[in-house]
Amino acid sequence: MTGKDRILARIRRAVTPPGGQAGTGTGADVPRDYLRVHGARTPDERVDLLAANLAEYRARVHRTDGDGLRDLLGRLLADAATVQLPPALGHRLPSEPSLTFVPDRAAQTPRELDRVDAVVTGCALAIAETGTIVLDGGPDQGRRRITLVPDHHICLVRVPDQVVDSVPEALPLLDPRRPLTWISGPSATSDIELERVEGVHGPRRLDVVLVGASDRGRRPGARER
Amino acid sequence: MTGFRGATGAPGTTGTPGTTGTHLGMPAFPEAAREAVRDGVLRANLRHATHTIRDKRARAVAELADWDRLRAAGKAVKDHTLRHLDRYLLQLEAAVTAAGGTVHWAVDADEANRIVTELVRATGEREVVKVKSMATQEIGLNEALEAAGITAYETDLAELIVQLGHDRPSHILVPAIHRNRSEIRDLFRAEMGRWGRPAPDPLGDDPRELAEAARLHLREKFLRAKVAVSGANFMVAETGTIVVLESEGNGRMCLTLPETLISVVGIEKVVPTFRDLEIFLQTLPRSSTAERMNPYTTMWTGTTDGDGPSAFHLVLLDNGRTDTLADETGRQALRCIRCSACLNVCPVYERAGGHAYGSVYPGPIGAVLSPQLRGTASEIDASLPYASTLCGACYDVCPVAIDIPDILVHLRERVAQGGPATRDGIRVRIRPARRHTAERAAVRASRLLLDRPGALRAGERLLARARRLAPRRLPGPGRAWTDTRELPLLPAESFRDWWTRERGTSQ
Ligand code: SF4
Repeated sequence: MTGKDRILARIRRAVTPPGGQAGTGTGADVPRDYLRVHGARTPDERVDLLAANLAEYRARVHRTDGDGLRDLLGRLLADAATVQLPPALGHRLPSEPSLTFVPDRAAQTPRELDRVDAVVTGCALAIAETGTIVLDGGPDQGRRRITLVPDHHICLVRVPDQVVDSVPEALPLLDPRRPLTWISGPSATSDIELERVEGVHGPRRLDVVLVGASDRGRRPGARER
Repeated sequence: MTGFRGATGAPGTTGTPGTTGTHLGMPAFPEAAREAVRDGVLRANLRHATHTIRDKRARAVAELADWDRLRAAGKAVKDHTLRHLDRYLLQLEAAVTAAGGTVHWAVDADEANRIVTELVRATGEREVVKVKSMATQEIGLNEALEAAGITAYETDLAELIVQLGHDRPSHILVPAIHRNRSEIRDLFRAEMGRWGRPAPDPLGDDPRELAEAARLHLREKFLRAKVAVSGANFMVAETGTIVVLESEGNGRMCLTLPETLISVVGIEKVVPTFRDLEIFLQTLPRSSTAERMNPYTTMWTGTTDGDGPSAFHLVLLDNGRTDTLADETGRQALRCIRCSACLNVCPVYERAGGHAYGSVYPGPIGAVLSPQLRGTASEIDASLPYASTLCGACYDVCPVAIDIPDILVHLRERVAQGGPATRDGIRVRIRPARRHTAERAAVRASRLLLDRPGALRAGERLLARARRLAPRRLPGPGRAWTDTRELPLLPAESFRDWWTRERGTSQ
């Protein structure tokens, strides 16, 4: 008997009542009377809550419209020499002559990536109640590692379109076949005497840019797959 | 806080690179005794930690008006899954396979270790980076890899501290809570250079500086690692999605940079649908680190072209879980999502510390899980159901409503009076513990080593010899130890001493 057969046989013995038959439940017996959303919010209030919760986790939050974005990015990237970005974001970047742009390529080694100062990405959606941005590897987000190895991550969120209230609202909009990364504030640890320290391994700095009205795009979940 | 032990967490105390055969994560007797002297510090740290997290958790939970409903739903999802576990595991296997992963089934620790060792060997690599994982700690994976000439590096900050110190974790969530900053600085200075990039010189004891030293030390390993080993917090049967929650980013490093990813996960971690995650992603972070959401959650389904590992192996681990499933009262312990909330409210844990439980699972959940996974044949396991005041605080905080006091009473009965149980898939009748009295069992765990240091040393020697042979198991009484590679550590203070002292001073 293989390990699989043995384990399955043990499970069946364990869950079958003496003399009885194993059940055929569907999961319909799970009570789902918990809330979809905790509170009623206008789109603006939702964005405000996202900003507040992100800030509480020590992400730095900025707001701009589409026109102000270039200048803002220029300021945020002031101390960076190399910036990595997914191709789909190319047009958004500031035209600083001092910046070297590195595209996201499969052939890039982790060591090469480690020499990059900052990365700019979009996101799949953001969750207001938990202060979370979710990346799904879409064309404006790139591979998972690019938001991990460089020390500074700047994430653009289209507001209010990409913002949902809650975790139950977020999941149906995400495709589990894509690699998903949920980010709530910068990397942190409290392992030493419970004192919180940012940036043990992931980026030490997380800037979230809430990009408003004039940069209206697709709705969350309406992305092409 | 470091993160989510459910997934992750192998303290690798036994697999510290370069340790000798006799070092099993268990300090020699005089060392252990010396450690006991430090108790005051340990207990003060522990008290501070548990109370801090406890209060924060209460606030985070109070934020959700539907907490009780989320808790009931979490319980129901887990109970439903456990009742149909065979079906969901097969569905999971099909989904993972369809997404480009490979699924392996391991009946026990030896089989799981053998599978992982062979998978690592097949890559030609001699090093792996690890995300902390209780499952791999439970099976003694680091030690098994070490025996095969493979070095496993723990990458969680607390686990790194534990590993460098040849130490043992004392809390599910904050495993190095028994170490203070100057001890950690001394450890980093003395040990880091032996395993890779040395600590910066000079090195102060500010947590910021220490975290930076760990960052530099571990980044070297992340950037060159070709193979990673992890656990998981959840597996989704419907989609084959695996989920890991963490805080530091070391998890993401291990899960995305290497070419090969091997995840060892207990079979009880499966949930039926992607949607079910909406429950646990709300209850786990709040119960665990008292945050609305942990900094990082990684979800992956098989492999993705050009993004992340090109090979993914999932090792489904039984190792006593199906035996636990066969017990209708005890099976609810399999609902556990390893949040550690029960530790932080437990008056016994607060005084005894995590080491006293003699298992990778400390605190109230350890007291019910270990004797079920391992059986109650050993003295430590027979005594664990007594390591509780039955005050019920653990049940109140548990996000999946495990009635720990109920299981404790059930297991006490089994120890005291014997009764039906399932061991290795076979239904047996447990005889009452020999010469058993409740009181004796209650104090045995803590007195075992004090009473019989000779037996411990003999066990260590035997074990050292046995480890060079393929089956690394001791016959007879030593077996319970080697089954988990997890020797009971001399507790900070025996329950009896504590009891006497507490009563003596409080009356
Ligand atoms: S038993 Fe409950 S409270 Fe304790 S760690 Fe498990 S899920 Fe958390």
